Amino acid sequence: MDIGIIHYIFAALVVLSVLGILVTRNLLYAAFLLVLTFLGVAGLFVLAQADFVAVTQLMIYIGGVLILLVFGIMLTNRVAGQPILTQLNRTVLGVLFSVALFASIVYLTQGFQTTEIVAAPHAIQRLGMAILTDYFILFEIVGVLLLVALVGAATIARFKGEGHG
Amino acid sequence: MGNSIYILLSAFVFSAGVALVLTRQNVIAVLIGVELVFNSANINFVYFNALYPERLDGQFFALVVITIAAAETALALAIILKLYRTYHTTNLDEISSLVEE
Amino acid sequence: MTTFLFFLPLILTNAVLGIYAERKISAFIQDRMGPMETGKFGILQTTADIVKLIQKEDIVPAAADWKLFKLAPVIIFTAVFSGFAVIPLSGAWDGAGLEIGVFYLLAIISLDVLGILMAGWGSNSKFSLFGALRSVAQIISYEVPLGLSVLCVVMITQSLDLQEISLSQGLQSPNAVYLFGVVKSMDVSQWGGVFAWNIVQAPLLIPVFVIFFIASLAECNRAPFDLPEAESELIAGYHTEYSGFRWAFFMLAEYGMMMLVSMLAAILFFGAWNTPLPNMGVVKLADWTTGAPGSFMSYIWGVFWLLSKALIGMFMHMWIRWTYPRLRIDQLMNLSWKYLTPASILLLLLCGIWRLWMIA
Repeated sequence: MDIGIIHYIFAALVVLSVLGILVTRNLLYAAFLLVLTFLGVAGLFVLAQADFVAVTQLMIYIGGVLILLVFGIMLTNRVAGQPILTQLNRTVLGVLFSVALFASIVYLTQGFQTTEIVAAPHAIQRLGMAILTDYFILFEIVGVLLLVALVGAATIARFKGEGHG
Repeated sequence: MGNSIYILLSAFVFSAGVALVLTRQNVIAVLIGVELVFNSANINFVYFNALYPERLDGQFFALVVITIAAAETALALAIILKLYRTYHTTNLDEISSLVEE
Repeated sequence: MTTFLFFLPLILTNAVLGIYAERKISAFIQDRMGPMETGKFGILQTTADIVKLIQKEDIVPAAADWKLFKLAPVIIFTAVFSGFAVIPLSGAWDGAGLEIGVFYLLAIISLDVLGILMAGWGSNSKFSLFGALRSVAQIISYEVPLGLSVLCVVMITQSLDLQEISLSQGLQSPNAVYLFGVVKSMDVSQWGGVFAWNIVQAPLLIPVFVIFFIASLAECNRAPFDLPEAESELIAGYHTEYSGFRWAFFMLAEYGMMMLVSMLAAILFFGAWNTPLPNMGVVKLADWTTGAPGSFMSYIWGVFWLLSKALIGMFMHMWIRWTYPRLRIDQLMNLSWKYLTPASILLLLLCGIWRLWMIA
């Protein structure tokens, strides 16, 4: 499979939405543009023969993380009709630093060998087998981590009776 | 041979995430930046895995990263809610007091 | 790959007929006549409504965030419509043919939540915002039992591909089918029909289906889980501020979603596009109502059976809407987290044991 036009479409989607996030100061727009980024990245995952990861990305990022972010935005601001803006800080320095970072990563990865992506048949079946055999310990640890995070988040965010909202 | 589109894109998303973390003052905007950084790592994991189709380490690790990102966001938002209740702001620079007012 | 040519007109006509059917069914349940004036038995009522909707002004509230406001209905409809991409219509006419069909379907439906949040926030109205927050909390909560109940079926059929799940529930099943899954002495692979359906093949799936059905009602925001649109408290929930064609988009999406979950229920539990009539001796009912694989008749029969099953599912949704009162928000959350989720986790375990025990 050569790098077809469809790669560039998804890549353009990611680049444009990320630029949008960088430019906008409106938090909600940033959050909703993040959806486009996640969708574009999921599309690239599919093109890289990782269907399962792509759909997991859709499910967890868009169905979970993003909704949490939007809820967070809505819960930490009073509804007053104005757009919710974020203040900026050290703009020039931050942008310069990240441009330098981008340039250096591109420079350093210049020598990486890139081969063509080949189709991987029965990837889902093999991934399922691998998760429950080779990577079983890691899989279990992630499960425990999720449980701990869930309990922790519930404990931290719990509304205490004597305090105020 | 030039860079693959995946590596370029991953570098771009990573730098953009870092820029967000550096320049924004709102906690949730910073969190969005962190999500972008996670995603750029995932692009690399999946891409390098695709170069070796007989192995699945990259894909599995991408799944782990996604799960950890979900756990991280849930915890971060719990902390943000707590901060908002205590300081009545989500501006990072205003959250500097160590004692409860 | 061409199923969207079928599904796009289907969603449009489904909403029109669905709204008419809903009115007539509600009238029947409440011992009324329902619409009677427009056309014979009021059959043109919805068409008249659509003509009215198209003529209406597309109002954007002055204080609304117009970008989010205008985009929201499109996103909700797109999310529902992309869900149809993986639905197989007959043995030879499958959808996108993804290896991970069901998983994709569940993931893409969650995009719907995003449109609801956009609509709720963009409208800049308290009713919309409350409706959207309730709706999102509800959909996210009920995604857990929904996903787990789908996982039970996936465990029993050993596939995430909707076409493979469909194939395993009919005459073309690659595995031997036993009567009720437990009577090993009776191989009913040649009977086909209702005996090959998942819910008969593995009767353990009956409670799973109950959970799936309750969760799917909640996913569609239908009564008794229609808190987001509770008209007595929130006017119309997240689409309070919408009018004209954008409002019609919400209706299209709502009925499209009902169709989608009903089709999913049919595929996962009730034999997908397979016929319900079994072969009995020389009376080859199943063969007659299936058509030779790949032939023109097999397309017609496949579409016919799948649609009939889905329409029965939609009828059930409407029946329940006009029979049960609305739940309170705490009851709603309790039902999901304290009853359905633990029950579906237990069933998941049992399904795993069933699978191990059934397959030699």
